Amino acid sequence: MNAEAIASPVPSAASPRTGGSLSIEGVGAAFPRPGGTLAVLDSVDLEVAPGEVVALIGANGSGKSTLLRVVAGLLAPTTGRVALDGVAITQPDPAIGLVFQEPRLLPWRSVAANIEYPLQLAGWPRPRRAERLAELLDLIDLREFATARPSQLSGGMRQRAALARALALQPRLLLLDEPFSALDALTRERLNVELLDLWQRTGTSALVVTHSIPEAIFLADRVAVLSARPGRIVADLPVNLPRPRRLDALDEAVVSPLAREIRRHLEAAA
Amino acid sequence: MTAATGAQPRTGAVAASRLLPVAAALVIAIALWKAIVVIGGYPVFILPAPETVAARFVAAWTDGTIWPHFAATAGEVVLGFAVGALVALVIGYALARSALVERVVSPYLVAAQATPILALAPLLALWFGTGLLGKVLICALIVFFPIAVSTMVGIRSVDAGLLELGRSFRATRRQILITLEVPAALPSILGGMRVGVTLAVVGAIVGEWAGAERGLGVLINVARGSLFDIPLMFATLLTVALFGIVLYVLIVIVERRLVGSR
Repeated sequence: MNAEAIASPVPSAASPRTGGSLSIEGVGAAFPRPGGTLAVLDSVDLEVAPGEVVALIGANGSGKSTLLRVVAGLLAPTTGRVALDGVAITQPDPAIGLVFQEPRLLPWRSVAANIEYPLQLAGWPRPRRAERLAELLDLIDLREFATARPSQLSGGMRQRAALARALALQPRLLLLDEPFSALDALTRERLNVELLDLWQRTGTSALVVTHSIPEAIFLADRVAVLSARPGRIVADLPVNLPRPRRLDALDEAVVSPLAREIRRHLEAAA
Repeated sequence: MTAATGAQPRTGAVAASRLLPVAAALVIAIALWKAIVVIGGYPVFILPAPETVAARFVAAWTDGTIWPHFAATAGEVVLGFAVGALVALVIGYALARSALVERVVSPYLVAAQATPILALAPLLALWFGTGLLGKVLICALIVFFPIAVSTMVGIRSVDAGLLELGRSFRATRRQILITLEVPAALPSILGGMRVGVTLAVVGAIVGEWAGAERGLGVLINVARGSLFDIPLMFATLLTVALFGIVLYVLIVIVERRLVGSR
């Protein structure tokens, strides 16, 4: 082993910055509807420490996606505020990467051009874009599919391309909205393992919305449980499992009671 | 592209087997035409035989009878299509993105479309003369509607998820237009252009009938009336039809190049 490898075990290109700290303070969201308003979120408080992965779990319609949109700066909250590293988020921010439930790739662009898309929008010059693209293709291991169209990829591959795109601008916070929920169980497990590996290499903070208890436990440092509408955080539970984690080597003595507790909170809040 | 290219058969034999039915249908159509002429015993000034028309077509193209008329019509069609399509793209986009524009403008669009172009042509000839301008306007008018509607529909059906994606990357209005809306709406827009380009030929001929010195429409009238050269009239009609087909195929080729690989 040479000295350089010891000095930087993490690829330098992948971790130029450390994770950001997110604070969600008293965020409420309500939408007008015929005959009144629909309260979707009710004073949500949640912190994500630098480099931490927090899973947000809740029943359907509990406002998980709404909360993610508020954090992404796509939706203004009715009350409260969201801040990344102390700076209020009032509009989409390049420091926040977003992965949607669907890949949302542009069907007329190649995989490479899709991953490059945020760089193009941000006005990066061509050579710098190509350099960053090469890093991303290596990071997500998509090099051999660079020139393929999204329609030629499997669902899992598409979502990986979407992940690469979300990482393009080197975000300090990654928001994932049930990113693999449309995929089959095996692909989903494999991508969750990849996601953890990726997260470890990039060091970004992450907020993952999910409605799967095993997924939440596998991925996160903490699991926050959102109540039924209007959503509130009803539990914030630490996951005391060592990293790196492996699917076949999770400590059942930790997982089972934790899963039961999450389920209890979900059911109590429903 | 990469993976799927190998699976697409694109050999000469396949191309030939695809062209064969087309050629066969053409041969059958010409044979039918010939049969009608022979069995019906029609004189040449009612229905000339296919070989008579073919001979006249070749002669009229080689001796320079058709060329100046074709050039005039082609100029009107190309200019008229360009002007009509350009205005239609802008108005179609505005219709899709502004409810106010749709409420205010769409009644006039429908009224303009519902008024037969045949009735409008003499009026436009009166206002703008029998030169190029009047024909370009008629072509533009007839081309406008299908392209405006297809643009509107195309822009409206752009995936909201993609627009949100653009917003999440702080795309400007202009970036959203160029990188999302236009590419996403392109198949629909080109569909409208396919219809529009054939209508443009109709518009030019109608415009020429309302008054012109040159053009395929003029030649049709002259061949039938003062020259009483019915084979020439058919040769001119054939020219019009072929021109329409060529324009249509051009749009299809553009379409294949722009959206074929999705």
